[in-house]
Formats: sequence, structure tokens, C-alpha cells
Amino acid sequence: MTDQAAASGALISIPVLLARNALKYGANTAYREKEFGIWQSWNWIETAEEIRALALGYLSLGIEKGDYVAVIGRNRPALYWSMVAAQKVGAIPVPLYQDAVAEEMAYVLENCAARFVVAADQEQVDKVLEVQERVKVIDHVIYLDPRGLRKYDHSRLHSLRDIQAEGRAAHERYEAELQRREAAITYDDTCVMLYTSGTTGRPKGVVLSNRNIIETSKNSAEFDHLRPGDEVLAYLPMAWVGDFIFSIGQAYWVGFCVNCPESADTMMTDLREIGPTYYFAPPRVFESQLTNVMIRMEDAGRFKRWLFRVFMDHARKVGPALLDGKPVGAWDRFKYALGNLFVYGPLKNTLGFSLVRVGYTAGEAIGPEIFDFYRSLGINLKQLYGQTEASVFITQQPDGEVRSDTVGVPSPGVELKIGDNGEVYYRSPGTFVEYFKNPESTRDTKDPEGWVATGDAGFIEPETGHLRIIDRAKDVGKMADGRLFAPKYVENKLKFYPNILEAVVFGNGRDYCTAFINIDLTAVGNWAERNNIAYASYQELAGHPRVMAMIQDHIEEANQSIAEDEMLSGCQVHRFLVLHKELDADDGEMTRTRKVRRRFVEEKFDDLLNALYIGKTEIYTETEVTYEDGRKGKIKATLEIRDAAVVADTGRMAAE
Amino acid sequence: MLDAGAEGYTTEDGRKIGGVLMEMKNITLRFGGVEAIKDISFDIREGEIRAIIGPNGAGKSSMLNVISGFYVPQQGEVWFRGEKRPQMKPYQVAAQGIARTFQNIALFEGMSVLDNIMTGRLTHMDAGIAAQALWWGKAQREEVANRAKVERVIDFLEIQHIRKTPVARLPYGLKKRVELARALAAEPMLLLLDEPMAGMNVEEKEDMSRFILDVNDEFGTTIALIEHDMGVVMDLSDRVVVMDYGKKIGDGTPDEVRSNQDVIDAYLGVAHD
Repeated sequence: MTDQAAASGALISIPVLLARNALKYGANTAYREKEFGIWQSWNWIETAEEIRALALGYLSLGIEKGDYVAVIGRNRPALYWSMVAAQKVGAIPVPLYQDAVAEEMAYVLENCAARFVVAADQEQVDKVLEVQERVKVIDHVIYLDPRGLRKYDHSRLHSLRDIQAEGRAAHERYEAELQRREAAITYDDTCVMLYTSGTTGRPKGVVLSNRNIIETSKNSAEFDHLRPGDEVLAYLPMAWVGDFIFSIGQAYWVGFCVNCPESADTMMTDLREIGPTYYFAPPRVFESQLTNVMIRMEDAGRFKRWLFRVFMDHARKVGPALLDGKPVGAWDRFKYALGNLFVYGPLKNTLGFSLVRVGYTAGEAIGPEIFDFYRSLGINLKQLYGQTEASVFITQQPDGEVRSDTVGVPSPGVELKIGDNGEVYYRSPGTFVEYFKNPESTRDTKDPEGWVATGDAGFIEPETGHLRIIDRAKDVGKMADGRLFAPKYVENKLKFYPNILEAVVFGNGRDYCTAFINIDLTAVGNWAERNNIAYASYQELAGHPRVMAMIQDHIEEANQSIAEDEMLSGCQVHRFLVLHKELDADDGEMTRTRKVRRRFVEEKFDDLLNALYIGKTEIYTETEVTYEDGRKGKIKATLEIRDAAVVADTGRMAAE
Repeated sequence: MLDAGAEGYTTEDGRKIGGVLMEMKNITLRFGGVEAIKDISFDIREGEIRAIIGPNGAGKSSMLNVISGFYVPQQGEVWFRGEKRPQMKPYQVAAQGIARTFQNIALFEGMSVLDNIMTGRLTHMDAGIAAQALWWGKAQREEVANRAKVERVIDFLEIQHIRKTPVARLPYGLKKRVELARALAAEPMLLLLDEPMAGMNVEEKEDMSRFILDVNDEFGTTIALIEHDMGVVMDLSDRVVVMDYGKKIGDGTPDEVRSNQDVIDAYLGVAHD
């Protein structure tokens, strides 16, 4: 065993942590899942037994050390167990995105040569069987939910419960082997392999060792004082590194409870019932929750609206200061307490945030109004910056130093440096081992000293030491007149308007910037309803003259704010159009984690982009779309192109 | 004609179909002078999906109402599980293990989805009125047991997210699913579906077909259904009865029915005398 392993008390793998938790916190609840309308729970002893039975079952199927076990499905305890059980027998779990189509799945399964696949239900099994015909490596498919699978050929298809039962029955035969395998796990063995969705090219398998996961979990858990008895809701994709760290890494390190919702549709109800103490969500979840609150408040009676307005104004004034422990006057404190009784408390309860002690958002920039709204309610929402290659954590915000425009200070154990081109580099115990079977990409990303390029451009604020991210480094460019072009910065400004769901800004090497806009159907639809605007489809609403005018107002407002930043004032949006379709992962325009594939969009809507720059006021276009069931269709539209007012600045020739 | 011997048959996809569960013998149903059903005989076998199809006004719904005991035929006999069924009230038929859904949804609009489905368990509750009112003893135990059954159905039909939603607020497709859930909650031996796909879009139809097949597969429930959509019927059912103007003009597997000249005429519209 290595020195480092000894240093951390020989807690060198997830199975070891499991054994410790079963001993130390045996009766504490480890997993909860709502099924049949009731929260079912498993304590650490029961969890350890379930996982052991499954590991023995794997052995009876002939799993070898170093085999890859793909796991596909929504967050369910048994799927988490299937990953830990795989680790127990020396295999490597590979969680996949459950909404991936068979095509995408085939690539990953072939790439890692997964001999075993654990699939949640018939839908996933069907995809795997389709892939199995082409990818010959899959030996066994194990499913969780037997529904609809009765008539399938079961020669290489097994129910997870059957495998566990076989494991239990054969425990005398395989017990010694299981112990041998577990004892052989080292700190530098692979803990998990996660495929990055990638905004460009094929997904890459990121190899993370036990050291990466455990050191990161330990550091980050200490940073936020996580403790046994904390509750998290596991609802984000299992294939995403964050879920692995929160729901396995930190959960096993600290020994807290992981709650799995009943279904994706019941997430909000389940969130409220559980009341997590530690919560993570990407900005869009917070955005849509806020939008819902605002829409419902508009429908409330006058007295309630008044009450909400008065107390929310007060919360905005003193809430963040109270949260940061800064001095606040007695009268303001009293008024805040009153507000808590009438407005904040019930609202937090409705949202499911009553008990949140630590909340994080990451993945995208969050709008300052949205961020402040939650913080003013007394929810300790913070930002972190991370990526798969870092086992999540690169920087995070300490309590009391939370702002919406930075992503915080380096996480414990992380070193940070800014390259000559402005790109952010980091080195940490969580830094990934390599890209699977891809030494070339590994070399490109990680230098021999262990510094990893994030691909993001940013700078460290000298006075606070906080990191600020400007944009993806490869997206940052120069405009025709040499000024800085940072599309993401502008897009984020635009996306902070509830009516704008997505924005794609162009301008690299051009004279001026232009934008494609996607409206938010919930927010704009509600606005249309209140203003008696009838529409039949997304496309019709998007093209409505009053919607166009509204978007124009937003863009002009954003332009003013962009002009204030001297460095980026060239990025003001001069012309825009509202797209006739929502950008969609099924059409390849976004990644599965809902990040826009800029190059792809640029090529696909080449005709529209061209029209923005040749001064047309209208453009006819046809676009192919893919429906959820894989069929394709075409939508046709004539889009209006508008000019937006810009703030003139010295460095620019007049464009109009 | 498919060989449906007393001991049953095996379907193309390898399911074993059992003996006769219900038999209709020479049924004739009249409304005043109108003969809605004319001397029709057919059987429904254990574990099969049996469809009754026909153009508008063929008498399909009347037939389903005879099976479910809503209508009493003037002539003919209904045999269920080897016994001739005496004249019965619909609730007595339900107690025998026959559940149904309706063409134009018959749910309690003001009640939640959960409560609606719970009513499907009525035939399985027999605590006294006092115990029910006080929710005490047997009534309490029954409710817990019945709720557990209902939750399985909710899980099966994937309607967890609307468990507490009043039915009136649901879209049409979901209401249909709730109605199926209520029928399933009764744990019927025979499930009657009156146009389960009516008014649905392609995606909803696919979902519903999936559920019907899964119900049959998981619980072994025998299903008799009426449907307009020929494509769906031919894919779903094991055997099909074709009716036209109250008469049976075809009976057999989907393939047999499809190639039956009388059926083709009825659907393409040949003049009747």
C-alpha cells in the first residue's frame, strides 16, 4: 500500500469506505428511493449486504478484474450499487447518459469494450440489444425493472435481483475470491470512467483513479463541513462527474444519505418531501423555478402580491448581508424575521429549500438577479467551477465570500495559473489520469508537470483572489478591427432575461456582432396569455412582432451594459433574429448537458448567418428536425431580421 | 380458421392461450324495432387479446355492454368460466372479475387521480360503514392494503407525477390512462376496453398499445377491446371478431380477417340490400 494511502487511514477505495460506513454508521440511512408512493430506505448495513450480493453475482457470471461495466438509467439506488459492486470485484464502472440514442451508446460501449451492461429498464435494454448486434463485446446485460422483458431471450440477459440471489446462494464458493479482489485494489487503480459529452468531436473517456475521487471528496467535504446526516437528492445524470462525486464520492466519504426521486416528472415534489441539506443544480433549474414563482405570483391576489413585493425588496436589501454574517440593524433584522414568517419561509418550503445548508450551482454562468433572489431568501447558494478532468472541483466560493460574477477561490489542494493567452490551468489531486485509449488528447490537455488546460479564458482578481471566467478560450477571438470578441459573455447577459432561453452570438473576424435567439416558451407563453396574444406553435410565437420588439428591448438593454466594459464593448449585438426552432440535442445543436455546439450551429444555419451580415431584413429557410422517435421532418419559415441600437464608443466606426 | 380447441392454442409470438373464459351464444339485442346485434356467437379465451371491430354503427359498443352486463340481450346466453351467467346488475358483473373503460371517459372529475383509482378497489373492500367512517380497524387495514395495490398500478402506468392532481386538470390522453388504471386496480380477470385509442395522437397510441401489451404480459389479464384504428388492432390482438350492421362477418386471426372478402367489402363500403 502506498504512503498516501496510509496517510488517509487506508481508506483507499469506495468499497473500503462502504465497509467503514457499515461499521461506523450502520443504522444510518444510506439510500432512499420513493417507490409505490412511499420512501423506501436502506441503511449502511443493508446497503453493504446488497452490494456484496451483487458483487458475488458478478463473480458467478465470470467478471474479470479490469472489465468495464456500463451503467445506464436514471438515478436509482440499485444502479449506484451496481457501480460499487463492480469496483468490489476489480471492474470499472462506466455510467452512461440514459437519453443517449443507440448510435451514441454504441460508440462508447465499443470504445471501452464493456463486457457487462447494467440497464434500468426495457427502454435501455432495447437500445443495448440493438447495439449488441454490432458491438460484439457485450457478454451480459443485467436489468433492474423486469417490466415488458419477460419474453426476451434470457440466455445473456439477467434480472439484477436474480444475479443478487445467485450471488447470495453461491457466497461460499466466491467469498474468498471476492475478498482477494477487494484486497488487491490500490489507491491508483481506476475508480470510474466517465465520458465527456464534448462540445466538439467524439466523447472521450476520462479515467479517474481512487486517489482522484477520494482526495477530492475528502477536501471538498471538509471545505463545506459536510457531515453524516446530510441529505442530497440525486437527480442529475449519473454519467455526469458531479453526480459521481456528490452521490458516491462525498456520500461514502462522509456517510450521508442519497435520495432518489420516484421519476423525472416528480422531481420537484420529491425535492420538497426530502428537503435536502446539500443541494446542487445547474443554473437553468434555478431559473425555471424562479420563473414559475414569478408566474404564479402574477396570478395571486393583490394583497399577496403587495406582501411579496414589500418583503422581497427588503430581502434583497439585507438578506445576502445576513447570510454572510455582516452587521445588520435591529429593525432590519426584525423586518427580515417577519418576512421569513410570512414570505421567505413558506416560499422556501414550497421550493424544497427549507433545510439547505450548502447549495451549489455550476456548469454555466448564473444571472445575478437569479443568484441574489435565492441568497436573499437565506439559501446559501454558491458557485463552483469545475470539470470532469478535475473530478469536479477547481474553484469554489467559501461561505461569506459569495458573489455572482466570480467562481470562487481554488478548492483545497488545487493550484491555479493563467496562461499567456489568458487560459486557466490547474493542477490538483483530482486531476484525471488520462483519456482512455487516447494518449494524443491526454498530451494536448495535460502537460508532464500535471498542469491541465481548462479551455476557459479567465483571470484572478488581484484584490480577492477569486477566479473570474470570461469565456471558452477557443471561442474568444478578435473582431475585424482587432477588438476582443467573447461570445459567451454576451450570451450570458442575454440569457439572464427570463424570456431568452438561448442565445448564440457571432462576430469573430467580422465587423460587428450578431445573434440568434431562442425564446423561453414558458415565460413568453405566459406573457402572451396575459397580453391576449394567440399563437399556435413555438415558431409562430417566436416570429410575433411584439415578441420581436420585446427581444429587441432586451438586447438593447444588454448592449448598454456590455458597453460599460471597455474591453468588451465591441461585442454589442448589432443585428439579431429569433430562430424558428428550439436548439436541441437530438438535432446535434447542443450537447446532452445542454451546451450549445457553436460551430455546428454556425454551419447548420449558414444561410441565416449570411443574411445577418448582408443587410437583409427577411430570410426564408428550411430546416431538418429530428423528432423524439428518430423520424425526421422539415420546418419552413420566413424570419425577420432586426437591427438593435448600440452604444457608440470611440474604438468603433459607425456601423449604421 | 385458427384451431382453437378446448385446451387452447399458442400464438405466433409463443404465448400460451388457455381455454374458454367467456362465451357468447347466439346473442340478439333489440332496441324497440332496431336489431343492434343479430344472433352472434364467439368466445374469449384465457390470456388472449380479443378485438371486436367494425364500421360505425356495427354494434360493437352494444356487444361490449352485453359482456359487461349493462344491456341484457333478448335472446342468447352469456357463459363465464364455464357457467351460464344469470341476469346481473353491472356491479355484480364487476364483482365477478370483469372491469372496463369507457369510450367517453367516465371518471370523477373533481377527485384526484389517486382517489379515482382507489374506487377501482371497491369490490375488494368489505369493512362496515361505521368502521369506514371512523377509519378504524378493518377499514384502516383494508385501505393500506388497497393503496399498496393502487400504487403498483400507478407505477405500472407511469402516472406518479399526477397522483394528487384532480382529474379535471388532466389532458385527454392522461385521463384515458387513469381510466385504464382504475380498471386495472380492480385486478380483473377480464378487462374490457372501449376504444382505448380514440382521439389520441400517434405517440399516445404507441404508449397505450405498449401498456395494453404489458398488462396482458405482466398480469396475464384477458383483454377484450373495441377499436377503430385498424392498424393498432391488427398489431395488438390475437383474434378479431368483425361486426357489420349487427352481424358477425368475420372471426379469426388478424391475417385471416384481413383476407376475408366480407370484411373487405364492409370496410370499402359495398351496397347493402
